[in-house]
Amino acid sequence: MKSYKADVVIIGSGAAGLASAIVVKNADLSVLIIERDKELGGITLQCIHNGFGLKEFQEELTGPEYIQRFINQVMDLKIPYLLNTMVIEITKDKIVYAVNNEEGLIEIQAKAIILAMGCRERTRGAINIPGFRPAGIYTAGQAQRFVNIEGFLPGNSYVILGSGDIGMIMARRLTWEGCEVKAVVEILPYVSGLLRNQVQCLEDYDIPLITSYTVTKIHGKDRVQGVTISKVDRNFDRIIGSEKFIECDALLLSVGLIPENELTLNAGAELSKNGGPIVDNNLETTIEGIFSCGNVLQVHDLVDLVSAEAQRAGKNAVEYINTRYGKDISPQGKIKCIAGDNVNYVKPDFINKDDLSKDIIFTFRVNFPDRRVQIQVKDKENNVIYKKKKVYVIPSEMVELKINFDEQETNIKSDSIIIEVIPRPEVLIEEDEVL
Amino acid sequence: MAESSKNVIKVIRCIVCPTGCSIKVIGKDIHNVSFEGYHCKRGLEYAEQEFREPKRILTTTMKVEGGALPLIPVRTDIPLLKEKLNDALLIIAQKQVKAPIEMGDVLIKNILDMGINIIASRNLEKKAT
Repeated sequence: MKSYKADVVIIGSGAAGLASAIVVKNADLSVLIIERDKELGGITLQCIHNGFGLKEFQEELTGPEYIQRFINQVMDLKIPYLLNTMVIEITKDKIVYAVNNEEGLIEIQAKAIILAMGCRERTRGAINIPGFRPAGIYTAGQAQRFVNIEGFLPGNSYVILGSGDIGMIMARRLTWEGCEVKAVVEILPYVSGLLRNQVQCLEDYDIPLITSYTVTKIHGKDRVQGVTISKVDRNFDRIIGSEKFIECDALLLSVGLIPENELTLNAGAELSKNGGPIVDNNLETTIEGIFSCGNVLQVHDLVDLVSAEAQRAGKNAVEYINTRYGKDISPQGKIKCIAGDNVNYVKPDFINKDDLSKDIIFTFRVNFPDRRVQIQVKDKENNVIYKKKKVYVIPSEMVELKINFDEQETNIKSDSIIIEVIPRPEVLIEEDEVL
Repeated sequence: MAESSKNVIKVIRCIVCPTGCSIKVIGKDIHNVSFEGYHCKRGLEYAEQEFREPKRILTTTMKVEGGALPLIPVRTDIPLLKEKLNDALLIIAQKQVKAPIEMGDVLIKNILDMGINIIASRNLEKKAT
């Protein structure tokens, strides 16, 4: 078995993997990127629409342009990478086992590992739609790969289930390719992707958005011939008698992403409710020296935020190797971060007490849309430690907060804090209150 | 002016921020209009542009000869009039380009004589022989 050594092994070469690799390399440590696909870049390569890069590069780019800039840096820095290589196991001792066609099984001994594997899509099996198994059922990202990279159209007339961003972007993409998109069907009473996509991908092309409905049957035995959609009640149970038939030859599912954490779990790291690894404020998992960033940690709304998070993971992995690796340091303990009212999950899951003098970046998503809210952090004794006004919150947008707890008037007096989004006590309409 | 004498020509949903204001375009004809329902300056600017001359960046793919992949993602270098999107798509669909290609390469010059170029969104190597 061939053996390699690297200070930091990065699993995945998408937006997260590349951004973290560049930071580690610039700190003069050795890096190895492992990618299972035949080229670097990850999912951003197939997101050929624009809207990327406004935060990272202050200009609007397409997905391929955004990731090409990172690939170019990786090439300029001569960062080593393995393509067509699948990681099959990582261990607590930071040994990475991987396989590829040329070398067979390989072993890489690292000092730190950055998990940047991203997500996979939720499939029909995961949402249980009855019917046969005809050809013509795809996840939205799979259809995106066919259309944008491989050059195939998966059908002629479509129903798209789920109003996530990929689903809406595919509705426009397929319309541009001459296909007919009959409807986008959403089980929630509101659109789940960004408003910008609702307007520019659906409304621009008069594609109906049918909310509070879901697909309850797929028709056709060899090929999809249509779908039955049904209205749902508040508990998402279908309402008998509300069924409508829509003829189509393809059904796309845009019904969510699942962080791909099998390697993480096998290594013995713990996962949190959102499907990502439990991490502290250094993005370090429950295994020392294993860090996580990007969509494998939490599903992001903007790739720019993935890059920023990955740069933090890279920086923290460097700091780990330079200050803590191989040393027996006993930390002061941790403060647990709990998701409170209208907060679905929060990252990090823990803050190290040693780091309270540093800026801590919190990221979270809300459960339901709300306006004129107050985001607050309180301790177990209900002391409000931090508060901030926000004009609106919606589940499709990740919220980011930067807090330095030493600079707040009230100190944390418990070993847990609660992050919550509550209606603002005084409802003030401020004319220019726009983010 | 009394509410009843106002004529709503169009309603534009603002995409500047997720508040999503519905901005009404009001006037007797399209040359004399005012905007209502916006809550910030950026919203007004967006609505004016969107009403008078809606434009979009067009992103699609082009066929590639001898490339590592069969397609190259492309875009217009500047926003294109929304009404011209289809015409541009038809031209792009008929063209084929040769690998290798570098990001930013102009693949179609001055499409529809509108002073807009179609540029490559990534690098693409030749197919390995």
